[in-house]
Formats: sequence, C-alpha cells, structure tokens
Amino acid sequence: MADEKKHSCQHESRRDFLKQSTLLSALAITPAAMLKAAESGWDEGIASAIEKMPLKIEVNGKVHALSVEPRVTLLDLLREQLHLTGTKKGCDLGQCGACTVHVDGRRVNSCLTLAIMQNGKKVTTIEGMAKGEQLHPMQEAFIKHDGFQCGYCTPGQIMSAVACIREGHANTEADIREYMSGNICRCGAYSNIIAAITDVKNGGKQI
Amino acid sequence: MIQFTYAKPTSQKAAIDALRKDSNAKIIAGGTNLVDLMKRGVTAPTRLIDINGLPLKNISAYKGGITIGSLALNSDVSEHALVLANTPLLSLALKAGASPQLRNMATVGGNMMQRTRCPYFYDTSLPCNKREPGTGCSALEGYNRMHAIFGHSDKCIAVHPSDMCIALVALDANVIAEGPKGIRKIKFQDFHRLPGEAPEKDNTLQKDELIVAVEIPDSPFKKHVHYLKIRDRTSYAFALVSVAAALQLEGNTIKNARLAMGGVAHKPWRLSAAEKALIGKPANEATFAAAASIGMDGAKGFKYNQFKVQMGRNAIIDALKTAANKA
Repeated sequence: MADEKKHSCQHESRRDFLKQSTLLSALAITPAAMLKAAESGWDEGIASAIEKMPLKIEVNGKVHALSVEPRVTLLDLLREQLHLTGTKKGCDLGQCGACTVHVDGRRVNSCLTLAIMQNGKKVTTIEGMAKGEQLHPMQEAFIKHDGFQCGYCTPGQIMSAVACIREGHANTEADIREYMSGNICRCGAYSNIIAAITDVKNGGKQI
Repeated sequence: MIQFTYAKPTSQKAAIDALRKDSNAKIIAGGTNLVDLMKRGVTAPTRLIDINGLPLKNISAYKGGITIGSLALNSDVSEHALVLANTPLLSLALKAGASPQLRNMATVGGNMMQRTRCPYFYDTSLPCNKREPGTGCSALEGYNRMHAIFGHSDKCIAVHPSDMCIALVALDANVIAEGPKGIRKIKFQDFHRLPGEAPEKDNTLQKDELIVAVEIPDSPFKKHVHYLKIRDRTSYAFALVSVAAALQLEGNTIKNARLAMGGVAHKPWRLSAAEKALIGKPANEATFAAAASIGMDGAKGFKYNQFKVQMGRNAIIDALKTAANKA
C-alpha cells in the first residue's frame, strides 16, 4: 500500500500539481466574483454565459465528448483540456503560426478559432503525425536538415509544411517561402526548413 | 476574454433575428479578426452568432457575372476555377493577403467586415475615436507611418486593411445584404465609408443586416491585371500601399481601365479620374505616369507617412506596366 502510494507520487507531474493549485485558487476567488456579479445584477447573464456547452470533437483519431465555455479557443482546448501540448502558444494573436493544426485536413491557426466552432470536426495536431514510434517523413526531414534550433515554432512549421505539400504549393523554393510565410521562426532556420520540405516533396512519399 | 453566450442559427432569418434582439451581439464567421479583438478587449460582444451553419459558401455563375457566398473561404475563392477565369484580379489580391492558414479560416464577408489594424485602435490604454467615439485620435500626432493619405478626417486617419476589397471595388462588385425587410444590394464602392465625424462606423451595413454574397459583374479584365502590394516584408504583412490595376487593350491602345488602391484610405480607394485618363491612350510609361499623377492628386500625408505619396505614384505606374505586359 505504502509502495503504491509512493509510486503514484513519483508520477505526479508538474502539470497535475499546477492544475491542483489553480483549482484551489479558483475556489478562493470564485465566491467574490459571483458576489460582484450578483450585486451588479449580472447573475442571470453570467450564469447563462458561463454555462458550458457540449462539444464533440475528433482529435488525432480519438473522439472526445467534452463540455467547454464558448470563449475557449481551439488552442487552449488542445493544450489545457486535452493536454496535447505539442501545439504551441506563440503570440496567441494569429501572427506567428506556432499554433497551426489541421481541421478537416486544412491548416488553421488554432489560437483564432473558438473550440465550440469546431463541433463535429476532425483535428490533427503534431501528436497525430507519427505512426507509433515511426516519425512522419516531415518530422524526419526536419531532423535531417536541422530545420530548427529552439524548436518552439517546429510543431506549427511541420503542420504547415505537410499542408503546403498536400495543397500543391511546394513546387518551387519561391512557392514554399510564400506558402510558409504564416510560420515565423525567430531562430531563423528558414533555409533548412525549406530544404526539409523540398526533400519530402522530391521524395514523392504519400504524406 | 470576457464571457459571452454562443448561438449557431441554421437559417439566415434566425441569424438576423438574433442580431436584432441583442444590440451587443456580433456575427462570427472565420473569427480571425474578431477573436483577436475580443482577446485584446477592443470589442466585447455579450453574444456571438456563429453563422457557419448557413448555406452561404457557394461560388457560382449567373447571367452577367459570378456570385460568391459570404462564407466562402478566402483560400477557396482565390483558387476557384470561375474566379481564376473571370476575375483573376480578385485571386491575386486574395493571395496577397494574410497567410495560408488565415486564408483557410477567413471568409469573404469577414474580410469586408474586418477592422483597421491602426495600433492605437488596438491599444485600449490610448484614445481612439473609432474604438471610443469622442476620445480623440492618437494617430494624428502619433506614429502614423501606416496611416491614410486620402479621405482622412481630424477624427480618424486609419486605413482599411483588406486586399480582397481593393480588387472588388475595382471590379464594380455589389454586396448582397439581407435584413428583416429582405435583400438589399449595395455598390461595393458605397459599402465602406470615410471616417468623417463618425469613424466608429466602418461601413454602411445596418446593425440587423447580414452579408450573404458578393456579386461580380462580367468584365473584360481577364488578362491584363495585376495586384501590387508593397509591404515591410515579402509576405504576410499589411500593405503600406497596394494597387489593383486592370486594363483592356486593343493593340497597344487602352480601351478600358480600372485602378484602386489599398493602404491609403479608410475605405478601398478607387481612382476614377486616373482611369478616365488612361482610356484611349497608348499603353506606355508616359500614359501611366500621367494617370498616376492624377490618381495621387490631393494626397496628404502626416509626419511619418509622407513617403506613401511618392510610393503610391510609383506603385501605380509599376502595377499598370506589369498588367499591360502580361502575356
């Protein structure tokens, strides 16, 4: 029994700890906020506003039946509720592309769409690219060509790169530069990213 | 982001009813601008009406032109066979805007309804007549490098950020809006407005109206067209100055012409006088330079955007040259 407890403690992640402490803080502040809402005559509005809505969404082949506040972005849903932290929050304003995912096969900025608007859709994130231990050809090409330094923009770059080839926009270097312009790399790995995309494109594998 | 309620109507009537019932409700389509504005507290609707369930995505031909549903995605429109064949200028303008990811989300109606990217409009700690009428314009004496050189007022010098709209105004498009009283057709040129005394109003759409489509009449501008966008980096940036140019040539003589500019005014800026100056003239640099001078007549810059006057002139000449030389 003692051993079992020790075992579970070891596996308690930093994320779980943060979640617990956030929950405690939320409990501490909610009553005051609700009190203020009631005083301001907002109670009815707030009550209906914070009502969570049902959301059915398929992420990386797995269907989730969830309940979300309307204001939750797809990015926050993926990271905070589904714990798929591969998709990165860069600017959170649609300017950097770090949050790029595929929705029904098309690349989008997950920070600028509400999760509730994706009801019934199929989402693919960077976690859905590898097949078991076998990396996706684009992931392998990024490693081979050193397509990153810090790696923060990489998940978004890879999601965009795969879409770029599938869309038929990777035929020339100029094309690739134009159609990858929605993904900013502050380390400046652009030339290696282009090399990786060109390699996958010329490899002719079905991606 | 503040809390709001969410509804997804399944008919245009229900969407319009929802708009009419709640003065603080807003339509959401792609969300690429609205979600951004809500995150920053620039706008705070208490109810969002998601219109993505409405059947407004079609792109089709009608006798005399093509109709594009207001929910058609910018990426889909830019690559649609009807658009490429009939209005290639629109395709060029769309591809010059935003990024591939954003074009996969942004809709035609949303593109028209997007707000200015004036940094003072976004900075809620500073005065802005467009955001909070009556507080003043911070850009007038501020860092106004991106701002208007035409049609501005002492209340607002912001510019409309769209590329798509510059092509649509040049192509004499019509906006089809639906309201409680039915369908209304608005000339694209009359859709967006100049700031005047009321910069909080970007356009002439009524509060309870919904854009359902854009109609583009047939035109002879299928070959000699160009959209030139000048910006701080090669791609994925708003225009400093942009030019939509379309020519109909007979031999080397200009039979008909269209010119419009982006990045220079509160609305897509049509250069009608310059168009008239092109008609009947040979398609050469002297003609283009004369038209450009007429087009830039009356331009007035501010402390940091004076360069746009010369840049605009050069851009018009360049765009016309490229359009004329298209094989």
